[in-house]
Amino acid sequence: MTLSRPLGLGLAFAALALLYALPAIAPRAVVQDLFGILTLLVLAMNWNMLAGFAGLVSVGQQAFVGIGAYAMFAAIILMGLDPLVGVLIGGVAAAVFAIPMAFFAFRLNGAYFAIGTWVVADIARLGISQWKALGGGTGTSLPKGTAKEMAFVEQIKALLDVSSAAAADALTYWLMLSLAVAMLVAAYVFLRSRMGLGLQAIRDNENAARSVGVDPVKLKALVFLLTAFGTGLCGALAFIQITRVTPDAAFSVIDWTAFVIFITVIGGIGTLPGPIVGVIVFYALQRALADYGTIYLIVLGCLGIAVMLFARRGLWGMFTDRTGLDLLPLTHRPPRLAALQPKPARSTV
Amino acid sequence: MRALLQIAGLTAHYGDFQALFGVDLTLDEGATVAIIGANGAGKTTLMRAITGVAKVSAGSVTLAGDAITRLPAPDILTRGIAMVPEGRRLFPSLTVEENLLIGAHARKGNGFWTLEKVQTLFPILKERRHSPGTALSGGQQQMVAIGRALMSNPRVLLCDELSLGLAPVVIKEIYAAFPQIKDSGTSIIVVEQDIGQALRVADHVHCMMEGRITLSGRPAELSRDAIHDAYFGVSHA
Amino acid sequence: MMLIDTLAQGLLLGGLYALFAAGLSLVFGIMRLVNLAHGDLIILAAYLILTIATVTGLHPFLAVVLAAPVMFALGWLLQTHLLNRVLGTDILPPLLVTFGLSVVIQNGLLSGFTADSQKLTAGSIEAASVSLGFVTLGVMPLLTFASAVAVVFALNQLFYRTALGRAFRATSDDQVTAQLMGIRPQNIFAIATGIALVVATIAALYLGTRANFDPSIGPARLLYAFEAVIIGGLGSLWGTLAGGIVIGMAQAVGASINPEWQILSGHIAFVIVLLFRPRGLFPRAND
Repeated sequence: MTLSRPLGLGLAFAALALLYALPAIAPRAVVQDLFGILTLLVLAMNWNMLAGFAGLVSVGQQAFVGIGAYAMFAAIILMGLDPLVGVLIGGVAAAVFAIPMAFFAFRLNGAYFAIGTWVVADIARLGISQWKALGGGTGTSLPKGTAKEMAFVEQIKALLDVSSAAAADALTYWLMLSLAVAMLVAAYVFLRSRMGLGLQAIRDNENAARSVGVDPVKLKALVFLLTAFGTGLCGALAFIQITRVTPDAAFSVIDWTAFVIFITVIGGIGTLPGPIVGVIVFYALQRALADYGTIYLIVLGCLGIAVMLFARRGLWGMFTDRTGLDLLPLTHRPPRLAALQPKPARSTV
Repeated sequence: MRALLQIAGLTAHYGDFQALFGVDLTLDEGATVAIIGANGAGKTTLMRAITGVAKVSAGSVTLAGDAITRLPAPDILTRGIAMVPEGRRLFPSLTVEENLLIGAHARKGNGFWTLEKVQTLFPILKERRHSPGTALSGGQQQMVAIGRALMSNPRVLLCDELSLGLAPVVIKEIYAAFPQIKDSGTSIIVVEQDIGQALRVADHVHCMMEGRITLSGRPAELSRDAIHDAYFGVSHA
Repeated sequence: MMLIDTLAQGLLLGGLYALFAAGLSLVFGIMRLVNLAHGDLIILAAYLILTIATVTGLHPFLAVVLAAPVMFALGWLLQTHLLNRVLGTDILPPLLVTFGLSVVIQNGLLSGFTADSQKLTAGSIEAASVSLGFVTLGVMPLLTFASAVAVVFALNQLFYRTALGRAFRATSDDQVTAQLMGIRPQNIFAIATGIALVVATIAALYLGTRANFDPSIGPARLLYAFEAVIIGGLGSLWGTLAGGIVIGMAQAVGASINPEWQILSGHIAFVIVLLFRPRGLFPRAND
């Protein structure tokens, strides 16, 4: 276990370096494909944080994607700002929206939280459909050439010696990749911090956590706001590449929440590498079943159900159970041997 | 007398914690057995293991010659063992009468105990029949819980800590019903912390400590000192 | 006059939403399970009625009689083989399993019946209406509302007047003690889900005769149903009917101002009720 850990980390760094170099060595279609995968990965990491660690099963994440996307479009079209500034505004807008949403949804506990967030996302979709300046229900497109005129595109174009469009793709790809890496590192650091351990304590036993001085509501609200920010950033970035936004696409529960839930569940909910494993499986399935249309979603749904029935911690959970190997351990666990020692007999009188 | 319920080598765990260590116990047809012991002695676990609520790790439970170990709780009830659980556990959304009727949920055929008979045994239950079960006083709730268990016409009635949290006069009132329950042909096991009450009602007393039976005998044969030692574990300390 | 007409239409629409919600309310009341596939199961029932009506040539009102037992059996199987296995203190597994089920049903219907809209045709009754002097109401909406009241009444009778209802309530209160009464919670849950899907079948009949449907509209029905349940207060079936009416009226009023505001108005009514009455209009005392 101690031997394989540096090896694993080394491999991870090599893979990361390769991923960053990709726009220089791979065709544009590959970069675009990977951008899509990374988008889902970032969304899945955010949702995993919410549901897997904070116990907040949200089915309304599409609200943050949609609001992030629309805020970015508004920043570009109505305010004439650079798309990258727009992305940042998208993230902030999503986080701001999360405040009243949390105020409302936190009144619903457990399972009802799930549908409550879904309702709020639907309200956001219907509300945005009334925004005539951004095309109302039919949506709008980015002005022609917006992506090419983004900051840094010229420099990347010169550096990689590619077209403006490819340079724009490379930029958004690097940003999404960096967002994913930042999310992973932030999640790892956060979960091993006092607050993060408190969060996991709440998940395991809310009352016990309360009694040692962790305020569950505050901590959960914080996670809710931060993941809203991350989801909003991701949504805004994704729609730079899509270039066209409609309420139905930006607030799609299937694209931005259902897929993300399945990715997380299949990979391993409540584990850090889970979303990464899940997104790989998801992509492989998508490629393998691309010609079968709806069958693909049926398979995905069945797989998600099967995981919940037979392996609740997903593929990654199965892997760590079988091998005892955990690349990103979250708890400061005592060595295994200690856990096997018989407990001292308890006096009963 | 014929042995109705036989428990042999019964062992049970709560997670890592072993709560019962090979308990042997026999209940004869028509008899009343009392199990006494301090908190945490394993009395409630024993009751739960017999009724299929707690998991049995080893040993056997036999009712009239049939092995019933590890049967699901509803099956054990239909075989004829009913329990008055610790803390009474009435159903809050059911009225007093409904709480009694639910006791007969799995009952097939006739038997001695009917709604009328239970209401005659505890007249207050007729008077308060439309109240929510949990609106009653502790003693009255205990009567509902006993009546509810009787409604299944059990061959064996298990009573877990009937006197817990009740005033002595109320305890007396509840135990006053026991002769009639015995007369109906029901064999009884009572788990009690109230030693005096246990000695008065039982034909046979077992004392438990740390998951084992440490002393058994007829009430008349047991000296106060022996019980005291078995109960508090003085001789074992 | 316009307003009275709008409110009357809203009231009747509320009946339909109450039908969507009654099954959800029943299942939540008994086993604390939120079935995210409830809306898709209603749509599945609509396709089942459509198929039976097409194959046998029966009127949809008769086809329902054949569809209901099939849906009961489906509910029973779903509960015994899938949902019972994930019920527990952790809310995540049942949520994710029913969410997966929702996606499977939606796409299963899509591959079986395509995305084309369908409709159940009930014949001349669809166009019939009765005049009450100041308002004219369609016979079908009236029938929908009457069915909703009848369903809620019947479920209440079942819940509070029968041995099965007693077992439902006891199991909902305390599963372990219920087992000591000889009750098998898993069976009770299977029956409850079966009944919920029978109610969903009745809802599907009115959904399908009222307007077009296609495989994708389930989740929206789930949201309306959910709003009705929460507005009414968890565990109260009459409350669910009231909740359905609130949503129906809010939608009708919104639509009369601007058709685009219909669904939004319903959602906003839900948010407002919840902000002022977090436990709904008729909360159950011992929850």
